[in-house]
Amino acid sequence: MLITTPNLTRPDETYAALIATHEGLSEAESHALNARLILILMNHIGDDAVLTEAMRLARDKGGQAA
Amino acid sequence: MTDLVPERYTLAFRLYPYAKSPDQEAATPARHKVIVVGGGPIGLATALDLGRRGVPVLLLDDHEGAGLGSRALCFSKRTLEICDRLGAAGPMLDKGVQWNVGKVFHDDRLLYEFNLLPEAGHAFPAFINLQQPWFEKFMHDAILDAQAEGAPIELRGRNRVDAVIPAADHVALDVMTPDGPYRLEADWLIACDGARSPLRGMMGLSFDGRVFEDNFLIADVKMKADFPTERWFWFEPHFKSGDSALLHKQPDDIWRIDFQLGWNIDRAKELEPANIRARVDAMLGPGVEYELDWCSIYTFQCRRMGRFRHGRVLFAGDSAHQVSPFGARGANSGIQDVDNLAWKLALVLDGAAPEALLDTYDSERVHGADENILNSTRATDFITPKTPVSKMLRNAVLELAETLPFARTVVNSGRLSLPCTYDGSALNGPDHAAMPARTRPGSPCPDAPVAGGWLLNRLGRGFTLLTIGAPAPEVLTAHGLAVPRLALDATPEIRDRYLGDAEAAVYLIRPDQHVAARWDHYSAGAVSDALARAIGKE
Ligand SMILES: Cc1cc2nc3c(=O)[nH]c(=O)nc-3n(C[C@H](O)[C@H](O)[C@H](O)COP(=O)(O)OP(=O)(O)OC[C@H]3O[C@@H](n4cnc5c(N)ncnc54)[C@H](O)[C@@H]3O)c2cc1C
Repeated sequence: MLITTPNLTRPDETYAALIATHEGLSEAESHALNARLILILMNHIGDDAVLTEAMRLARDKGGQAA
Repeated sequence: MTDLVPERYTLAFRLYPYAKSPDQEAATPARHKVIVVGGGPIGLATALDLGRRGVPVLLLDDHEGAGLGSRALCFSKRTLEICDRLGAAGPMLDKGVQWNVGKVFHDDRLLYEFNLLPEAGHAFPAFINLQQPWFEKFMHDAILDAQAEGAPIELRGRNRVDAVIPAADHVALDVMTPDGPYRLEADWLIACDGARSPLRGMMGLSFDGRVFEDNFLIADVKMKADFPTERWFWFEPHFKSGDSALLHKQPDDIWRIDFQLGWNIDRAKELEPANIRARVDAMLGPGVEYELDWCSIYTFQCRRMGRFRHGRVLFAGDSAHQVSPFGARGANSGIQDVDNLAWKLALVLDGAAPEALLDTYDSERVHGADENILNSTRATDFITPKTPVSKMLRNAVLELAETLPFARTVVNSGRLSLPCTYDGSALNGPDHAAMPARTRPGSPCPDAPVAGGWLLNRLGRGFTLLTIGAPAPEVLTAHGLAVPRLALDATPEIRDRYLGDAEAAVYLIRPDQHVAARWDHYSAGAVSDALARAIGKE
């Protein structure tokens, strides 16, 4: 099951770290970094059903779009 | 005089020269039990399998042997096992190059290497590399052997099929020869006439799927280089000879080199030897001497016919389905078509099985084709990403693969051909939960060493009852078939591959060496029911 309830231990810090990770990169480099990051996180999650659900949710913009 | 059957390609081996047949003078068309159209690897194997089963078979091809183009290169373990059943594997194994190690590069970096690490205890290696004309020649040699032993196989070279007229109880064919046209009739017709299948066109049948917008240049080069016998694949190679590149060894000091050129190219220009040499030079580096042996540019498609059986016409091999070369699934899957079809057609012709059994050729091999198309489509999408974002994700995978093993599992330069398991087939009987998943009903039997040889070698041409630690009669007779028993000792391999956690096992094995059903004890009623099911009587 994909966790959609709050689950980040330190939301502000983690989000700031994500922004900081991109500092000084060109747009292309940032996109490539995001791609690597997605792959690393995908592997951590591992479960195909959870990932499929996450991709659907992302495509639906978090479930708001019809 | 005009040549009525012109050569469309040059031959590597002239195998069945044209000779006039009495059928050409017959007042009424001669009727044959089975006619196979096409003498590529699949048509030859079909004729051989049927002939070895005693089914009279006539093969027609518009050439007189194997074409010069190398094309197929990697032949899989399952193909070799099937060829062994047909008596053709020995010379293939002797001439073929065995390999296990693959290396994957991105730009100028080695990302990782893999080893096919074949499981011990199998008669055949995971793959051999052998030029397609040699594969066809060895298949033909086995046909000559079979003919010498009395197998009713006839081959007619420079016999081109120009029209097919299907009828309720036969199919009529118009055939062109150097001496002019004649007509033939067949109870059953097997179309092995390749990806462009004229027969499919004559019957107005569609062949749908995806076209991949990319061109690949193959350069088979002859050189005495000391590159190891490995499969080397480059994504975005530093030598810039293509968007991807492949180097793979063949027999006779020949190396297959393959460059991905992109979509908008000038074919004629790219095929000029000087331009090919420029790409090869950049790849091999300075001072490597080589000769160009065979070069070609190909594009490819992944597609299949909606159905492989159309009444009395059955399609097999590339005429029925086509995949990209990544994964070596073309000829290998066609050989599995033959393996699936020949015993079924032989039983139907014997009157031992209903015609409906042939519908399971369609359902089982459509399942196989879909698996191959899925795998080869995914490999192709990885090798030639279709959008900027898919290219970015692909390159992210490659970047991570150098240091992070998980990313290597996603890298896809072709998932190499494995035989298909017919899960859910109507022919499958009971399964047993304590036994290994790899030998569930529908699976091809994994080989294993057994007393005095190899397991697959000990399976008969028909059905076999395999028993491990279970009493059973030496022969079971049911539904007009005699099923001999093969009793095996529970060696470590047999335990691992067939017994699992069960105390004893009884397997009903089909003539194509796929598992039909399995139990932990023998029961005449249960085996007889499964046999009826496996021959389409239920
Ligand atoms: C570059 C490349 C690399 C490949 N690598 C591999 C690989 O490594 N492993 C693998 O398994 N597969 C590979 N393949 C695929 C493999 O070559 C094909 O799957 C295989 O040749 C199909 O065999 P076939 O007998 O169905 O058809 P074909 O080999 O095309 O044979 C068809 C035959 O029918 C004859 N014919 C056609 N029309 C008529 C007519 N009207 N009358 C009479 N005869 C006719 C033709 O002359 C020909 O002899 C590769 C293909 C390519 C292009």
